[in-house]
Amino acid sequence: MTAATVSAPVGRRRGTELALLVFALLITVTAYANVGIARHHHVPSGTVGYGLGLGALFLVAHLVVRRFAPYADPVLLPAAALLNGLGLVLIRRLDLVDRTQPGSAPHQLEWTVIGIALFTVVLVVVRDHRLLERYTYTAMAAALILLALPAFLPASHSEVNGARIWIRFGGFSFQPGEVAKLALMVFFAGYLVRKRELLALAGRRVWRIDLPRARDLGPVLVAWGVSVLILVRESDLGSSLLFFGIFLVVLYVATQRASWLLIGLALFVVGAVIAGTTIPHVHDRFDAWLHPFDPAIYHKAFGGSYQLAQGLFGMATGGIFGTGLGQGRPDLVPFANTDFMASTIGEELGLAGVMAVLTLFLLIVARGIRAAIGTRDPFGKLLGVALAFGLALQVFVQVGGVTRLVPLTGLTLPFLSYGGSSLVSNWVVIALLLRISDAARRPDAIPTRPPGPDDAATMVVRR
Amino acid sequence: MNRSLRRVAFAALLMFGALLVNANIVQVGQAESLKNNPENHRILYSEYSHRRGAIVVDGHAVALSKRVHDQYKYLRTYPGGAVYAPITGYYSFNYGSTGIESAENDILSGDSDKLFVRRLSDYFTGRTPQGGAVDLTIQDKAQQIAYQALAGKRGAVVALDPRTGAILALATAPSFDPAQLATHDFRAGSRAYRQLSHDPASPLLDRAISQTYPPGSTFKVITTAAALASGRFTPSSQLPAPNELSLPQTTHKLQNFQGEQCNGGGNISLADALRVSCNTAFGGLGLRLGQNEIRKQANAFGFDHSLSIPMGVARSSYPSNLSKPEVAFSAIGQDSDAVTPMQMAMVAAGVANGGVVMQPYLVAKTLAPDLSTLSTASPHEFSRATSATVASQLTQMMQSVVTNGTGTAAQIPGVSVAGKTGTAENQPGQPTHAWFIGFAPAQNPQVAVAVLIEHGGVGGTAAAPIAREVMQAVLGQ
Repeated sequence: MTAATVSAPVGRRRGTELALLVFALLITVTAYANVGIARHHHVPSGTVGYGLGLGALFLVAHLVVRRFAPYADPVLLPAAALLNGLGLVLIRRLDLVDRTQPGSAPHQLEWTVIGIALFTVVLVVVRDHRLLERYTYTAMAAALILLALPAFLPASHSEVNGARIWIRFGGFSFQPGEVAKLALMVFFAGYLVRKRELLALAGRRVWRIDLPRARDLGPVLVAWGVSVLILVRESDLGSSLLFFGIFLVVLYVATQRASWLLIGLALFVVGAVIAGTTIPHVHDRFDAWLHPFDPAIYHKAFGGSYQLAQGLFGMATGGIFGTGLGQGRPDLVPFANTDFMASTIGEELGLAGVMAVLTLFLLIVARGIRAAIGTRDPFGKLLGVALAFGLALQVFVQVGGVTRLVPLTGLTLPFLSYGGSSLVSNWVVIALLLRISDAARRPDAIPTRPPGPDDAATMVVRR
Repeated sequence: MNRSLRRVAFAALLMFGALLVNANIVQVGQAESLKNNPENHRILYSEYSHRRGAIVVDGHAVALSKRVHDQYKYLRTYPGGAVYAPITGYYSFNYGSTGIESAENDILSGDSDKLFVRRLSDYFTGRTPQGGAVDLTIQDKAQQIAYQALAGKRGAVVALDPRTGAILALATAPSFDPAQLATHDFRAGSRAYRQLSHDPASPLLDRAISQTYPPGSTFKVITTAAALASGRFTPSSQLPAPNELSLPQTTHKLQNFQGEQCNGGGNISLADALRVSCNTAFGGLGLRLGQNEIRKQANAFGFDHSLSIPMGVARSSYPSNLSKPEVAFSAIGQDSDAVTPMQMAMVAAGVANGGVVMQPYLVAKTLAPDLSTLSTASPHEFSRATSATVASQLTQMMQSVVTNGTGTAAQIPGVSVAGKTGTAENQPGQPTHAWFIGFAPAQNPQVAVAVLIEHGGVGGTAAAPIAREVMQAVLGQ
């Protein structure tokens, strides 16, 4: 016992995590100083203060992991921290363009604090991710209410830039879709764990593919219907795509039947065609995607391709190494600090920066899926893949939209875009992935730690 | 479930692979075309956000950038105004740049290789790059007088230092204020540009270097040079000067200006023929020399050569494959001879400089942002147009043009002036173009000039006085 407490067992890797966090902090602080030097020729006065503050936040997160998820993957937290730090620097950089406006960076910093607080709460309260399985249907109800809310609120309290995905009261605004996304993942995982045997039952076999029975199509049709409803009522192309994509992948993993993917894809194509032809908002997005440099579309006052084209111009001007932080004109792109963060990175940090950021995301996704593979319980596997693939899909649709690989949707770039709901919910995603990976990597034979006097308090929470 | 999880991981990898490939396509493959898309103003914004260097004449800026509080940071202003417009050119957001603004853009914007080290240090320190300055050879007084003398006319004045080729004055009229086009009020800039480009007087046209005209009798200097160089003629060689020169192969006859007689219709010396600008004598001389000798001489003065000062100068040309009557007309600067005022100034300068034409240049020095010298112009020989002997014979003959020939209006008290007038027919029914080329002091030349007034009438009365004023200004009188 003495040996176990003095020297940590091999495989915890918390030291690695700490070292990587220091590295993430150093990059962030250097980038922050670089922006100040480029814009005002001197290191910003707040550099040390912000550095210490952010360092303290990262340290808290690290200590929480060390205490409550000691076997968790050591890369997840530093990768997220670096993305969050870089996002803060870029938002600050965009703030500097118009100093008559109150900046967004302080808010994002507040949201970072809240995000890490929630991260802590999740790791402390959810001692075992299987706990969440109990709330499968509660999660569904919560998700539906949250999703439906903006659609039934008056536009003045729900609509921003054509998408009715907000809840706005006074100075406070919040995107319920971000929380709904998490709740839905819990619901998908819990629901499909229970139904997977049934949904895996084969119906007819066509071209070596086992089609499911017609009466089992219910859930996928419901998911599709809800997605279409979101699209029609709230004009939120991105969320609609994201929900449906996550559902399909979880369904595939649960049943191991590729036929579900094919059916889903077919439904998606039908949905996309209908939406593209009947919903003007979606139709505009397709037009802008296909012909961004057509003058008629470029110069359209609303729903044109100005933003997309300017983003591409910025990325192209940045080239391989970028203009350098603070030395480009990412502000020429409308909503550079939210929807078009990817083009800001591309312009000032270049292709090198874009590739680095994508690699960070890929690291999180890969480590997330590895946690899902490593964990033993089916619910954990499904929840893990939902979280990890959800992140991958969101980054794909978001960055793909900005770089014109796919039509533009209104999604945010996780951790980097300005926006509290998104930032906070992504910190929860990281917390849950850490929780699952902790379970996956925990050596079964060794008891986690000897019972201590402080366990009484936590036992109450754990029940 | 792990098999399908691995497949999902693989799918995610493919998705990121697609993003990476696509980012490469945008930022490398399509980068050039996207960067140069006319709707992409980033390159211009970045140029505008640097302080562009000044264009300097006699220690005063004729073009400089001023800090302004709009999104472009620096506004290009033109204290030199319309007087210097053909030299500075303009620097416009919508219409690009011209003149020195364009030709020396690398120095002015700071992109020159000469400023590489400084740029490198700018990059690392984040210091805003600055452009270097361009110091011109122009003498402000001569330039001002040349521009004023052209007021209300259409024409051009070029003054050179014959010993070096330094351009002392380069004026054109009508002109324009480059500030109109450099404004950050792009709508007003567009309006001004439309107006200027549709103006029938073509104020955007630099008549001194970009437009060619028939040289008229100023070309006789070249014909005379060819004759003297041939060794078959001297200044005292007698030439037949009939009232009308009958031409071979045609009934068309070559006449003297306004049907005048040169010397009672008899013979005339080559020197006198130049002094009174006798067309029939020179027409006959041209026929005897032949087009090849005349062309050779013209090209030795710079015809048919490209030239940049550093702006490109339109090519002057002596026509090819002429019929005999055309040769006669070409020898007196008619037919399809086409010259720029810059070219004719080079002819005068070549004669002044003992037959050696110096390469004309506008940029005396380029300076780094800290005003240290980056480069200083060194005079270059452009061509050896005539022997020293021929040049000195020509000088004497051109002196008598001014003392008691067609160019008396160019006389400067106390200074011997050499010159040649020209009165060029152009379109039928239009008044003639008035020309004067010359230099002073004849024995120790410090300035060579060419003056052209479009449809100005007679060279001796319309152009010679302007040449006199500009030469006086350079000589400090």
